[in-house]
This record gives sequence, structure tokens and C-alpha cells, in this order.
Amino acid sequence: MTQLSPRQSSRSPSSRSNRRAQVVWMQRLGFGLAIGAIVGFSLAPILWQVLTSVKTTADIAAIPNVYLPRQFTAEHYLEIFRRQPFFNYMLNSFLVASLSTLLCLAIGTPAAYALARLRLPGESALLAGVLIVTLFPYILLFLGLLELVRMFGLANHYLALIVPYTAINLPLTILVMRSFFQQLPRDLEDSAKVDGYNTLQMLWQILLPLTLPALVTTGILAFIAAWNEFIFALTFITRESMKTIPVAVAQLSGTAVFEIPYGALAAATVVGTLPLVVLVLLFQRRIVQGLTAGAVKG
Amino acid sequence: MAKLSLRNLNKTFAPQVVPLKDLSLEVEDGEFLTLLGPSGCGKSTTLRLIAGLEQPTQGEIWIGDRDVTQQPPGDRNIAMVFQSYALYPHMSVYDNMASGLRLKRMPATEIHHRIDEVSQFLGLDGLMQRKPGQLSGGQRQRVALARALVRRPDVFLLDEPLSNLDALLREQVRAELKQIFADQPTPIVYVTHDQTEAMTLSTRVAVLNEGLLQQLDSPKRIYTRPANRFVASFIGSPQMNLLSLPCQGEYALLGRYKVPLPQPIRLPEVVLGIRPEHLRLARPGETLALALQGQVMLVENLGMSDLLSIQIENTPYWLRALLSPDQSWADRQISLMLPSESLHWFDPQTGDRLF
Repeated sequence: MTQLSPRQSSRSPSSRSNRRAQVVWMQRLGFGLAIGAIVGFSLAPILWQVLTSVKTTADIAAIPNVYLPRQFTAEHYLEIFRRQPFFNYMLNSFLVASLSTLLCLAIGTPAAYALARLRLPGESALLAGVLIVTLFPYILLFLGLLELVRMFGLANHYLALIVPYTAINLPLTILVMRSFFQQLPRDLEDSAKVDGYNTLQMLWQILLPLTLPALVTTGILAFIAAWNEFIFALTFITRESMKTIPVAVAQLSGTAVFEIPYGALAAATVVGTLPLVVLVLLFQRRIVQGLTAGAVKG
Repeated sequence: MAKLSLRNLNKTFAPQVVPLKDLSLEVEDGEFLTLLGPSGCGKSTTLRLIAGLEQPTQGEIWIGDRDVTQQPPGDRNIAMVFQSYALYPHMSVYDNMASGLRLKRMPATEIHHRIDEVSQFLGLDGLMQRKPGQLSGGQRQRVALARALVRRPDVFLLDEPLSNLDALLREQVRAELKQIFADQPTPIVYVTHDQTEAMTLSTRVAVLNEGLLQQLDSPKRIYTRPANRFVASFIGSPQMNLLSLPCQGEYALLGRYKVPLPQPIRLPEVVLGIRPEHLRLARPGETLALALQGQVMLVENLGMSDLLSIQIENTPYWLRALLSPDQSWADRQISLMLPSESLHWFDPQTGDRLF
């Protein structure tokens, strides 16, 4: 490539730069189209829901389909809050999801730290165990859990959701946090020890601030999983006032038996998803930010 | 202030993994001791044992009249500079320096005073509110040093503090380190695999290999009187020439040349060591008794001198010599002098120095 044949080098430079510009332009176009296709594919169902939630009931049922709403309405949103204690459901969901997330982090992070730093006998067996739990078909746990809930009399108690959610999200937390701790330089902890930090102070004042981005990331994942969970919430909680969002949305019914309230369903879905979107947007910077930069030679 | 002494230290991870076999040494106040050796020789393990980051399998560590062997690192009153600097990335430079002092419940005014003093000394004045991520490599290195200095510890430990700097900066910082630590009235233990650092900085050098102390001496004597074959080959660049020669009474035989031994010995073989920089050309008119005829096989230009690989006439032996680059040496026949005062003799079996 370093040597040009005479024929190539005699070609006028302007035509060559023209062609290069063309290639670059084509590449950009292709890239843009690919991005557009992926974004459209992923977001189309959500867009459909959002659009449905602001259409009038007549437009929703109209044939042929009305894609863009001809008339915007907040009726469905008002309806779900008027007819049902929807705000209450959201609070329930929030309580269950946030408590299980906190528990998950509080139990999983120390476990991950121990797995990353200590030379434990049988460490690989432990890790394999953790991994296998994530592979276990979730639905198989269900009957056993139902028995347990009965035995402990936890039906219609938030603990019946908080404990299983925590357990299900723990393996993920442990694996993610462990790989994070592993890439954290060990010198930092040694340095803290030489400085006179005891173990607790070291964990709290040195490691925790550095771990924050990873904690937030895994926390959000656990929170989303708990917020969206349906089957446990449907089975273990039957009292109306304690239901969580996914169950409440599924049980929305129309005024008549055969009417499916598409508008209200769409509105409820949007309302149920909104907190997650807000959460992710809020912490986005924290997630992306690499706090460890500068700890060691950068 | 306090003398550091290591007594029969041993660290065994597993029967096959013994990074430190048996080490005893003492470091006086104001002494700059360098632990030097190839990777895996046990030098970093020794430093971590002194710091208390690892527990010795056997042996004791004393600082002054305190037995600190069982004490946690924080209670030993030592300061350590890490190879990676290990600055706390979420704290400002000031807090990095202050954190160790705050843990000792030192009054804020005293902390401020100490940090002021050290940061002026090291030229860190304008950087106190920055985070480590906003500093250059050289600045981070200084902050790591400053963090150690404000502690006013009983012992300074430095773990290859220069190895993350680029070559130019390293030389400059090396000179600064020498100045900074010349004034410290405490034992300083420095770990490196770089012999230039060891030679320039230390008052004494401990050469380690495979977990054992090979020689503990001043840099000068390490260079001029290596205690064994390992030290001889490890110290000095280019490496010392080491030739295994048959012995005959008072002479070692190098082909048809007889190299006189300082004393007659009863060994069938002996190892002759001569540094490339001590070989010189025979001057015209000099007795040619000790001049070796040889053929230049390879010339490597090192800038200030040429490194020649010479095959000695009618022998399989090669010598490497550093000669001035003012003439072209390629393919020439030359005669080399072996100055008897620069010859080293080692036992081929034990590797120990004979005379």
C-alpha cells in the first residue's frame, strides 16, 4: 500500500477526494438508517401505547386504524385515577420495589466484595451456585414459594413480595458488583489501611463513594425487575388496596363485560412506565460517569 | 527517631510458593535502603510485610523498641508510596493528604500547617482543591509523596514510585526524591528493579534473589565487589562478562593465555568476571602478556560508547567491551587488556566470590 503504481498516482487528486467524500457520505447515511431502524423497532410499541392513551375512545375503535390522534384527550388518564386508587397502586409498587432493591444491595454488595477480595475455599463452587440460580426457570420457584407464603402466613403482606424479589435479584447484584470490585485497584484499600482506616471506615469512606456508580446501575436493574414483576404480585396479594401496578393494569376492566378499555390500559401502562423512565434519566449521568478515573495512573 | 529491624522474616504462601525465605536486616535513622532484585525475588513481599499488609509466616519486625509484627498497618506509624500512587479518586488533593492525619484525631490547625509546609516544598500549592483525575502523572506522583511526608512517619516505604513516569520525568523526579529524603531523619525502604535508581538514591542496597538476601552493601561496593555471581551479573549494564575457565595452579586458562589468580586455588574451574567498561585496548609498547587478541564480531552503538562483542582468538570465549566510538571497530582484530584490579573471581559451584 505504501507504493503507488504510476497509473494510480497519475489519477487526478480531485476525483479521488470526491470519491472519498461520497463513500463517507454513504457510510453516514447507512449508519443513520440502521440507527433509525433499531430505534423504531424498539420504541414502536411504546409509541403506540402513548398515542393510544391520548386518543378518544371512538378513534381507538375506528376502522381503518387511526394512527395519529385527530383529537387529543386526557380522559383516559383522568379515568384511571378516578375509577381506581391508581396512585395507591403506584405507592405499593414503589414501596415493594425500593425496599427489595435496598435489601438486595445491602446483602449483595458485601457478598460480592468478599467474593472478589478474599481467597475463599470453594469460591468457584459458590459462584457457580450463584450463576445456576439465575438460570433456574423462574416459574418453577413459584409453587414452592406459594407453599412458603402459606406456611408463614405472609399472604397479603408486602414481605411476600419483598423477600422473593430480593432473592431473585441477588445473583445479578452479586455478579455485577463482584466484577466491579475486581477492577477496582487493590492498592487503594492497602493505602487506606496504611493510612489507618479500619475495615469499616475503609468500606464506608473509601470504597462506597467509588462504588456508587455500580450501585446505582445494579440498583436500577433490580428496581425495574421488581417494579415489573407480575405473577408473584398477582398470586400473593389479593387485597385490592395492596396491589402493585402490573396487577392493577392487567385487572383494569371496562364498564361493560365485553368492552376492553384500550384507552385506560394504554394510559395505565404509560403511567406505570413513567417512574422508571424518570429514574433512569435522573441517574443516567451517574451510571455513565467513571468515578475511578485518576485513582491510579490514567 | 526509630530503627527498623527485620529478624528472620519468612513468608510462605504454599509449600511451593515461598516469596521470602529468610531475611534479616536493619535500617538506621536517615538511611536509604533499597531492596533490589528481579521480579519475584521477594522485594515487594518484604515491603508489604513491613507495612503490615501481609503477615509474616515467621520472624519479627521491630520499629525502634516496638515489636510491630502483630500490629495492623494503621498502628505502625509508617507511610507508603504505592507504584500506582493509590490516591483516593473521590477526594481533593488536600483531603487525600489530610485523611491519614484526621484519623489520628490531629487538630485541624496542625493538619493545615503540615499540609501547607509540604505542599509548598513540593510545589503543590495551586492544586489543593483538584481531584486526582485532574492531575498529570507527575503531579499525582508528588501528591502521593506529599501524602507520605505529612504523616511524619517512623518509616517511609516506597514501592517502585517512579515506574509509572516517562523516562525523562523519571530522571528529574529521581533527583528530587534524593533531595527530599536526604533530610528525612527516618529509615527509608525503597523497592525497585531498576539498578540505576538503586545506585543513585541509596545509602545501602540489599540485593535479593529467590527470597534470599544476596548482598547488603553500599552501592559502590555492590558494584566494585559483588558478593556472588548473581549480584555480579544483575548489577551493571551492559552485563559483566562471566567466563568459566579451567584452573591450573596460579593461573586460569583462557585459551592460550594464562590469567594469573590472586592466590593459588584447588578448584578445577573458576569463573572470571570482568565488566565491559573495564576492558581496554592494549597500548603500543605495553607488555603483551595479558593482552588478548580477538576478532570484533558485532558492534552496537550506545551513543557515548560502542559495545563490541569480541571472540578471543582460537577459543570459544566471547567478551563484550565498551570502547570509545571514535574509530570504526567492525571486523577488526584488536588486543584487549584485562586490568588485574578489575577482575572478579567466583566459585563455579556455589557462585560465591573467591577473592
